[in-house]
Amino acid sequence: MAQPNPLTTPPPGADTQVVPGHAEHTEAHSGAFPPFETSGFLAQLIWLALAFGLLYYLMDKIALPRIQSILHARAERLRADLDQAQAMKAEADAAGVAFETALRDAQGKARDIAQTTRNALAAEAETKRKALEEELNAKLAASEATIRTRTEAAMGNVRSIAGEAASAIVERLTGHAPDRASLDRALDATAH
Amino acid sequence: MAVTIDPIHQFELKPLVSLGHIGHQQLAFTQSALYMFAAVGVIALITIVATASRSIVPGRMQSLAEIFYEFIADTVHQATGDGGKRFMPLVFSLFMFVLILNLFGMIPYAFAVTSHLIITFGLAALVISTVVIFGVMKHGTHFFGLFVPSGVPKPLLAILVPIEVISFISRPISLSVRLFANMLAGHIAMKIFAFFVVQLLLAGAWSVLSPLPLFLTIALTALEFLVAALQAYVFATLTAIYLNDALHPGH
Repeated sequence: MAQPNPLTTPPPGADTQVVPGHAEHTEAHSGAFPPFETSGFLAQLIWLALAFGLLYYLMDKIALPRIQSILHARAERLRADLDQAQAMKAEADAAGVAFETALRDAQGKARDIAQTTRNALAAEAETKRKALEEELNAKLAASEATIRTRTEAAMGNVRSIAGEAASAIVERLTGHAPDRASLDRALDATAH
Repeated sequence: MAVTIDPIHQFELKPLVSLGHIGHQQLAFTQSALYMFAAVGVIALITIVATASRSIVPGRMQSLAEIFYEFIADTVHQATGDGGKRFMPLVFSLFMFVLILNLFGMIPYAFAVTSHLIITFGLAALVISTVVIFGVMKHGTHFFGLFVPSGVPKPLLAILVPIEVISFISRPISLSVRLFANMLAGHIAMKIFAFFVVQLLLAGAWSVLSPLPLFLTIALTALEFLVAALQAYVFATLTAIYLNDALHPGH
């Protein structure tokens, strides 16, 4: 193909035109600018239509639905996992709250029991103390009564002793015993 | 030694199997067609083979497919709202197709399919015809309200409606030319700067300067990777925005 490029002005229907842009380029290459060479347009458009049609079919029917389903499945999975995690967290929170409540209840109960026991013990001690006090009061009263009777008895004896002594003194001084009435009068007078 | 630069050669179509021709039109299975089917194969590998296991915890390739999917789904959702879901396969296919073809172009000695205007125009025409057909099917004549801005006094409409119509018609052109021109210019620039390295190396004492275009070529290569991805994104985003007009033609 050393002949000068026949493509410069391709005669319509010329046989030499079958191969535009031959492999080895001559130095005198001055053919039509290849992208503007119209003789290949129809074939290029046909191949483009076939190739792009095939691509569109593959994308529309296989690739895009598949990728979409993958993305959808992943989103679903993530959502499900997140939901599960959320549920578990809620469960854990509920357990924590339940524990807190139980703890608080137990503490309250323990405090109640301690309080009741303390009250019971205090009441018992109080009762015992009262009983003891009454007993002691009773003993004290009895003792006081005894003392009072003994004192009265002793006081009665003092009067008779004083009367006897006074009567003996008066008899010794006067020679005769004083009568009973004047003696009592004199004793009453001194007793006050 | 004469070294000539031919940055255009890389865009030539090479027929692998010739199938005859219809009049002026040559029918052949070219390397361009091979690259397109290879792109379909690579995309199928990423999005179908790698996702076959449907793992909940994705591997690398499945992750890649998912990232692309979510990225495009976000783009479509932002541009069109909830009604745009039905266009997801179209936008996703366009994005992946353009992206993989652009990246194929970055492989040394490979062919950049998207550097051919007819290919990008074919894709843009597909987008615009989808917009028009879907818009008319869904909204009937109301779809053409797209060209009539609301709340504008009547005399102004005489000026604005033609502007709107022209802007609508220019969409497939701008959509296709943007991608085509980016790829074409990028590949030509890379070729030219890479060629400077060779030329300087052959220029005697001047060869000490040859690292300069080399670094520039490396930088350009990085830039072209960015452009390859960015143009695919721009194509997909604009597609989604235009499709939004079909869904909601009210201005």
